[in-house]
Parts: sequence; structure tokens; C-alpha cells
Amino acid sequence: MSAGTATPAAPSRQSSLAWAGQQRVLIALVLLILFGALRYDHFLGAYNVLSVLRYNSMFALTSLGMCFVIMTAGIDLSVGTTAACASVVSAVLSPVGLFPGLLGGLATGVAVGAINGFMVTRMKIQPFIATLSGMLMASGSGLLLAHNQSVSVSYETNFTWLGQGDLLGFPTPAWIAGLAYVYGSILLNFSSFGRYVLAIGGNEEAARLMGLPVDRVKFWTYVQSGVFASLAGVILAAQFGAGQPAEGVGWELFSIAAVVVGGTLLTGGVGSVATTLIGVLLLGLIFNVLNFENGLGWISLSAYWQSVVRGVFLMVVVMAGSGAARRAIRAA
Amino acid sequence: MADAPTIAGKGASFDVTAFFRRYAALTALIVLLAFDFAVTPNFASWQTLNVNLTQVATIVIVSVGMTLVIATGGIDLSVGSLMAIAGALAPLIFLSPFGRAHPGLGDALAFIIPVAAAGLLGMFNGWFITRFQVQPIVGTLVMFIAGRGIGQVLTNGNLQVFKNPTFQFIGLGRILGVPFQVIIMLALVAAAAWTFRRTLFGRQILAVGGNERAARLAGVPVNQVKRWVYAISGLCAGIAGLVVVSINSSSDANLVGLGMELDAIAAVAVGGTPFTGGQASVVGSLIGALLIQLVRYTLLANGVPDAAALVVKGLIIAGAVWSQQRGKFT
Repeated sequence: MSAGTATPAAPSRQSSLAWAGQQRVLIALVLLILFGALRYDHFLGAYNVLSVLRYNSMFALTSLGMCFVIMTAGIDLSVGTTAACASVVSAVLSPVGLFPGLLGGLATGVAVGAINGFMVTRMKIQPFIATLSGMLMASGSGLLLAHNQSVSVSYETNFTWLGQGDLLGFPTPAWIAGLAYVYGSILLNFSSFGRYVLAIGGNEEAARLMGLPVDRVKFWTYVQSGVFASLAGVILAAQFGAGQPAEGVGWELFSIAAVVVGGTLLTGGVGSVATTLIGVLLLGLIFNVLNFENGLGWISLSAYWQSVVRGVFLMVVVMAGSGAARRAIRAA
Repeated sequence: MADAPTIAGKGASFDVTAFFRRYAALTALIVLLAFDFAVTPNFASWQTLNVNLTQVATIVIVSVGMTLVIATGGIDLSVGSLMAIAGALAPLIFLSPFGRAHPGLGDALAFIIPVAAAGLLGMFNGWFITRFQVQPIVGTLVMFIAGRGIGQVLTNGNLQVFKNPTFQFIGLGRILGVPFQVIIMLALVAAAAWTFRRTLFGRQILAVGGNERAARLAGVPVNQVKRWVYAISGLCAGIAGLVVVSINSSSDANLVGLGMELDAIAAVAVGGTPFTGGQASVVGSLIGALLIQLVRYTLLANGVPDAAALVVKGLIIAGAVWSQQRGKFT
């Protein structure tokens, strides 16, 4: 068991833990941005900033859904293939229009999420296995629907605006992800649902004895994760002009990494929406910085180094977090 | 918690439904085999048996290590990446000038170094998890992400094509008609099953998974046991990586072992080893892997598209785990 498993009876300890984690990732992000801004000419240029936002909004969405699931001490391995399946559904529906495409995609996410939630809460299958099974089902359905190839979206309707368009100078996907995080933040901090999520993750048995609707809350976190994942899928289809049934490989693990970097504990009960976003940006910017570094010409790091760097980065964050957790517990 | 829960009622009575629930995967496998013999064309042939066993061997080899890890209550996401590293290292060694100059030594080192490297990286996983008290999912996620990158950096992302009969014996050779990797698979399953039944290490693994704190208080070297199970998982992944590149006569670090962690975990889960740790069935993992493989083969041989087979695979995994849990709770 992790040293960070704070007892739910000590909220102050939990919040101090979360606070320490938040400071840490925020400082890391600021340092990384400062480094980039000072070292590279066009790092803070509009083009780079906007394309980083446009691309990473998909991961931001899957990570947000994942964050809530992880706070209930669960996990959702299906986010990547849900996105892939939703991208196909929305691409198929895109000739009808923007909203049919969007709603069709979202319906896919609701369906996968509901199946996952059903398996976890009713059939009592461990989340890892239940969502692994959901992952395979979503992947298979997407491939079946698309006949194993990518499905191009319609450019006749304004569907592609969801991925390629702008609103008030910002990319549409960034708006969508931003609004989702505002919603997620309010949900976690100011709604009873959010409190229930944390209570369940902290100690499910105690939450049940207190009379909290444990199964219902868990069910909805999986549905919500499916919805955010499918929204990412819709953006994927709109941004790249095609529904891609074979995409989404490894998104679930990227999302888990982002949530962990953001200081949310996999044991559940502790978490933050804002730092999850910082985690996504950190992991995304590392890739961006490596690209710029190659552009300078001093060194030539192949694209393959990025996964090594990301892995080492995750390791450092986990090590630092573990130290912080131990100190916080000792102090409390 | 050690074995089957006693069924309330008369001690000698045999509860058929409970039996089928407990052995759901085995029952499903037998039913499926019966179906195949009756319906699937050309099923009863050596070739079919060989094809299925050859394809399942790598998954089973990885599952053996995974079963040990899951028995301690952990999980190992890094196996696919470790396969990629081992698969990338082996051709680098026997294709190097040194390997070409000393073919015998080169081939021997091409077995030993990659497997040892995978084992050491597995040991690193265990060290990281125990030293920093990290959750196994996160701890091995590091190596999952970085490991494939290391494999790609080693080969610069290039495909390595080779033809080396000595080395490729591990994937293509046969002893008395049995594919060599199937022999490795059976040997590893037997060794792991023996470890659980007969050795102190096996009991220590189950003790750590059953109740870590109690095991620690009872004097079990918990951290050491954990480090070793991750190291063994790494060794198994390394062997599997060598088998895969041998079969393909090429090594592509981008693809070797991709998604293997989930296949192996699924096999272990279907085989009846619970994720909470403390119990393990290596033979169950073998049966689980065989079941998943045979379902896919049956569907494909009867003209069902591969994508639909994925959906069925998902259903089988959920169904098997569900029925085992009901078997436990009744």
C-alpha cells in the first residue's frame, strides 16, 4: 500500500497532501514554460501555443474523465478505444451535420461508459478487468463499423469546425476542453457528487455505511469518463478529417500518467481536476520542447527519445510525490 | 482463503453449479473444443494444434511471470516494452562485428544478454515499487512508457531483418515435432506451479499478496519477494520477446509485444487468479490464455471478422471473471 493512503478521517492531511502536489506540478510547468520561452524563439508564439492546445485538448478530455474514475479508486482502460469508436460514429454521421455527428459520438461514449459502470457496480468485476473488457468491445465495434479502415468526414457540413475551427481566436477543441475542466472543477469542489466521489475513493465501505449511493456514483463516473473520451473522439475525427478506428492505442496509459503527474492518487480519495490539466500540459509540452531542441540543431534526439524522457519524467514525479507524501504524513 | 470455500450443507454432496463456476474457464474451454471438433472444418489436425499452441506460447510465457506478480497483489504493465527491448537487443548482438566473428559465442550472448537485461529492468521495477512505496500500476507504467522508447532508441526505430537458424531455434525449432517455444511454455508453467506448491518462495509470494502487513510481521522479506517477482516477470517477458522476433525473422521495436500486458493480464484474470493477491493458479493462466486464443481461432476459422472476435474476447473476459466471483460469493 502506498504511503500516501491517508485515512479519510483526516481531511486536513489529505488537503495538505493535495496542496503540496499542486504546488509541485504548477512550479514544474512554469519552469518548463520559462525554459522554453527563454531558449526558443517561437515557443510562446501564437502558432505553437495554439497548436499545442489544439492537439492536447483530446488528452485533456480523456484525462479528466479518468481523473474522476481514479478518485473513486477505479480505473478506466477503455478511454482510448472509446475515442476511436466515437470518432468513427461521428464521422459516419458527419454528412448529416455538426450536431448529429457530435451527438452520435457522445452516445457511443454513454454506451461504453454504461457497460463499464454496469460491469463494475452490478457484476462486481474489478475496474481493471471490466474496463479492459469494455476497451476490447469498443475497439471491435469501431473496427466493425468502419470495416477496418478510416472513415473520412464530410466537409460539406460544418462538422470539421469542432476540430479545426476557432472561436474568439482560440481553437474550438481548446474551448471544449476548457469548459469541460470548468465543469469538472465545479462538480468536484461544489457538488455533493464530487464529495461522494472522494468519500467513496477514501473508504468505500464507510461511504456505504454512511448511506451514500456508492454504486450510483461509481456508475456515473464511468459514464462521464465515456462521454469525455467520446468527445475526444469527435474532436479527433473533426481535426484529422477522418474517423480512425485504430487510433487511441495507449491513450488510457497516457491519461493515467497525466492524472498521476497531477498528484491524484491511484488509491482514490484524493485528487484535483486543475492539476490533472497541468499534468496533461506537462506531458504534452515535453514533446514540444524536444521538437524545439531538435530544431536548434545542437543535438539531434530522435522522436523515440520522447517516450524515454516522458517515462523518466513520470518516475521523477512519482519519486518526488512519494517523498512529499511521506513528509506530509510525518508532519500531520 | 487458501482454497475453495466450503459449500454449506452436506460435506460430501457435490454442487454442480458451484463446480462449473469455479472452473468456468476450463468448462468453457472443453465446451469450445467439443464445438470445434463438431463444426470447425479441419480442426482435428496437427497443424491446427501447432498453430494455436505456437500463437499462444508467448502470451502464456508472459502470463507465468504476470501470475507471480498478481499473486503478490501487484501488476506489471511493462512486459510488452521489456519484450521490445529484448527483441531489439538480440539481433544487435549477433549482427554486430563481434557476433559475426564469433558465431557460437555471439548466439549464446544473444540469448543471455537480452533476457538478463529484461530481468534487470524487471528488478528495477520491483526496486522502484518497494523503495518508493509506489503503486505497481504507476511503478510499472514508467517502464511501459520508457521501455519501448529504449528499444526504439537502441535500433533507431529501424526494422532489423535477419536469418540466423541457431538463434531462431527458440521460435522455429522443434523437438520431436513439438515447437520449441511450446516446450519453454510448458516448462515455465510447470516450474511456476511447482514454486507455488512446494517452495518457500512460493508460499512467501502468497503470504505477501494475502496480507502484506501480516507477512512482514511474520518475518517474510516482503520487499525482497516483490523485487524477485518483478524480476521473474521481466525474465519471462525477455524470453517471450526473443521468441517473437525469432518467429518473425525480424525485430521491430515499435511493434514487438505491443498490447502484451493486457493480453497477459486478461489470461491471468480469466484463469481465476484474483487481483487482490494471495491466491494464484498458474495452470489457470495457461487455461485462460488457451481459451482466449481458441475463441479467436474458432471465430476466424468460421468466417467471423477479426473485429467481431475482439468484441467476443471482451465478453469472454468479463463473463469468466464474473462467473468465478459468483462462485466465490455463493
